[in-house]
Amino acid sequence: MRDYLLTEEQRMIQDLARKIAQEKIRPVAAKYDETEEFPWEIMRILAQSDLFGVFIPQEYGGLGGGVLELAIVTEELSRACGGIAVCYAATGLGTYPIILFGNEEQKKKYLPLIASGKKLAAFALTEAGAGSDASAIQTTAEKKGDYYLLNGTKQWITNGGEAEVYTVIALTDRTKGARGATAFILEKGMEGFSFGKKEKKMGIRASATRELIFNNCKVPKENVLGKEGMGFIVAMKTFDVSRPGVAAQAVGIAQGALDLAIEYAKERKQFGQSISSFQGIQFMLADMATSIAAARALIYTVCRAVDRGEKDIAKESAMAKLFASDVCMKVTTDAVQIFGGYGYMRDYPIEKFMRDAKITQIYEGTNQIMRNIIALNLIKETLR
Amino acid sequence: MEIIVCIKQVPDTTEVRIDPQTNTLQREGVASIINPFDMYALEEGIRLKEKYGGKVTVITMGPPQAEEALREAISLGSDEAILITDRALAGSDTWATSLTLAKAIEKIGRFDLIICGKQAIDGDTAQVGPGISAHLNIPQVTYVKKIEEIRILEHQSTGAPEHRAPSTHSAIVRVQRMMEEGYVVMEVPLPCLITVVKEINEPRLPSLKGKLRARNALITKWGIQDLGIDKQDVGLEGSPTRVVRVFSPPPRKGGQILQGNVQEMVEKLVELLKSEIL
Repeated sequence: MRDYLLTEEQRMIQDLARKIAQEKIRPVAAKYDETEEFPWEIMRILAQSDLFGVFIPQEYGGLGGGVLELAIVTEELSRACGGIAVCYAATGLGTYPIILFGNEEQKKKYLPLIASGKKLAAFALTEAGAGSDASAIQTTAEKKGDYYLLNGTKQWITNGGEAEVYTVIALTDRTKGARGATAFILEKGMEGFSFGKKEKKMGIRASATRELIFNNCKVPKENVLGKEGMGFIVAMKTFDVSRPGVAAQAVGIAQGALDLAIEYAKERKQFGQSISSFQGIQFMLADMATSIAAARALIYTVCRAVDRGEKDIAKESAMAKLFASDVCMKVTTDAVQIFGGYGYMRDYPIEKFMRDAKITQIYEGTNQIMRNIIALNLIKETLR
Repeated sequence: MEIIVCIKQVPDTTEVRIDPQTNTLQREGVASIINPFDMYALEEGIRLKEKYGGKVTVITMGPPQAEEALREAISLGSDEAILITDRALAGSDTWATSLTLAKAIEKIGRFDLIICGKQAIDGDTAQVGPGISAHLNIPQVTYVKKIEEIRILEHQSTGAPEHRAPSTHSAIVRVQRMMEEGYVVMEVPLPCLITVVKEINEPRLPSLKGKLRARNALITKWGIQDLGIDKQDVGLEGSPTRVVRVFSPPPRKGGQILQGNVQEMVEKLVELLKSEIL
């Protein structure tokens, strides 16, 4: 049951990601949580191990896998540190618009650099006034002959400032609302493209979250992804394939917390015996493990559907993200409970898992938005 | 650079159990790994290849399952792998093992540098590396903690390195050899053999492309006939040393705490030292 019907190659990817997570990430997770430095040493290890290439087609320097491979790696890294894992996963999020909508030149230019880990990627949609209501974005892109001029500010962009390649959604036609948005590929260092301050966060503190500031940022017209006006389609289709990745992050964090809780429950003695001998603890552990297994099975199933090329996966993708992140929050909270007072102390590694867990219910669409998507699709399906 | 790295597959534990009847290692039920010191040798070989170009050939002598260790070495960046396996080799001591490895290296033919780990964690003899160099009659440096540089002495404008005989001595390697206090800097002509300590580098993890390559890589297999070795020169028969007995040291007995005032305790201590130890 360990392998969830993974292929030999997927198990190989899982083993390597696990080895890196346990040997290289686990020992430094607390350090990066404390210092909030960007974990470049780990990014280099992931790059050397080819893990950035697992979801990129072979013709562009990748290993030819899909979202399941991306999810497997994200999950294993998250077991050791949800913050370091998201630096990796956010590169996937920033890359998928190019994989899904990039033309041949764009793919040839950017994908090999990302597959080799030479450049990290990021995705930028959210703004101060546009969170769940993504259509309220204010960043504009004005066409000036061969290029566009971008103006505005993106907020809370994971990998912001660290990544070299950005997918940015901006309005090319304010009058058309959601249909007036366009996706662009931006590169760090472009004229008029700068970064705001690094945010201080509750969890996933190894990851960098910054504003992207566009001040008459000049973007060549070759950098339009898809067509003008397709910006929201690019964003939504990207989320459909990236949400299982957030779900995988959630399930990894939950698994990491469960691993620690079991270890601790066996060691900790109260009333003259190990607390793992108490049914109250045993039932908690059993429920935690069961919900993790269910979440993982759902994620892998959705990933396989995506990788098979199924088109209508918005609902299932939202379900995976919703369910796994809720499981993650519950499991990590219970894990802290099992640790008791020690669990609340920062000397122990478990409270970090609970802090890291919370964001998975919020980003890449809040769980309320996930329920919207699921419900709307349920109703739409019955109208056919 | 033609680099040869010798590795050994060992049980994944320092708590090796020993068969009291045969005085050999009990391998059953213990996962196998590449000897940790050999991982440093492999890493150094791969780094040298990355810096100077060339090829890393990894060789091991062992049972058929030692092929796994060779595949791992390929996943880390080795180019070719040779498994020397033959029932006649069972029971070989360090003399017979180093003879066999030396014969295999002679069969490979071209080499500039042979790298071994300083010792294996199961037998801990540290003799095979030096043994190979003795059989090949080439210089050796043990306990290398750093390769400072490899310097070409005569510029060879014609002929690619692969056409160079192993005995031209056209290059030297400058190394730091670890000592109890500090280190010695030595220069040695190539071809030579070095054994390395863990201070030399931090071994990398495998890459996925390396693992995929390793899965399909062809492993060359040689028996003693391929190497022109006589049966009586290897295995138990060809081994001049015999392990007479292997045993675990008796567990330390708990100490004794003396009671009473200082005078009494000192007297008791002197008495005990006289009777038990001196």
